[in-house]
Amino acid sequence: MKTTNLLMSTAIAAMLFFASCKPKDAAIQAAIQAKEAAGITVAVTKGDVTLTGVVDDEATKAKAEEIAKAEKGVKSVINNLTIKPIAAPVVIAEDPVLIKNVADATKDFPTVKAEVKDGVIVLTGELKKASLITLMQHLSALHPKKIDNKLTIK
Amino acid sequence: MALQDKYSALTDAATAAGITDLAVREQDGVLYIDGTAADGATKDHLWEVYNEIDPNFASGDLVLNVNVAIDAAVTHAKVVTESSNLNIRKGPGTDQPIVGKAAHGEVITLVNRSNDLWWLVRTNDGEEGYCYAQYLEAQA
Repeated sequence: MKTTNLLMSTAIAAMLFFASCKPKDAAIQAAIQAKEAAGITVAVTKGDVTLTGVVDDEATKAKAEEIAKAEKGVKSVINNLTIKPIAAPVVIAEDPVLIKNVADATKDFPTVKAEVKDGVIVLTGELKKASLITLMQHLSALHPKKIDNKLTIK
Repeated sequence: MALQDKYSALTDAATAAGITDLAVREQDGVLYIDGTAADGATKDHLWEVYNEIDPNFASGDLVLNVNVAIDAAVTHAKVVTESSNLNIRKGPGTDQPIVGKAAHGEVITLVNRSNDLWWLVRTNDGEEGYCYAQYLEAQA
């Protein structure tokens, strides 16, 4: 019985000892924050670290977590970093589809000649200024790589 | 980034106009701006801004693809050709035979808009076929 009590009190004393030895949350926070890349926010509560912010990629996210885990006194790391969304890639139509669609779009503009090569629409001929916006609107919806407008505007 | 600077007035106008799904990317010397406008007037306004920056669209360094959002509930469209009748074709393409015509200014029934460029329509006479979507204006 006596031995048990002694063990218990030793255990409690040890816990208190280690607890008091732990660097304070604020100190851990400052240490990790200094090592993390810009844009990452570090928060520490009782040795539990939470990372928030937006990073470029998965590797940066993993690295940030490693940095936090390596810090002395850290019990756990909650990685709430998010990856910056990549802008939707530019869609460029394949030539066979584009050729057909350009033919449809320019049908009502008999003074305009349109050629398609490697996604580029080359416009030659002449057109009234009032019709130009309409034609350009039609062609821009077809996902060309580029519209090379060599039209003479009347 | 130079192109984004050149067309900053346009992207600012697009943002101010509340263009949804706005995407601005520069690739191989061409700036691509995609998005959806709430109405035709907003789209036309952006084209006017574009025309101010690049008169007559002669530079070939921008592809402005802003479409007009259409409420799924919309069932009718107005023919907005310059003055002529609008061909109604058997299939989606000018290589398809003409099966009917819709008059300039006529309001016709929209049957299906699954094809972005060619909408399946039905006239008041019951003729059904495909019309070039750019010449149709959805009726709210």
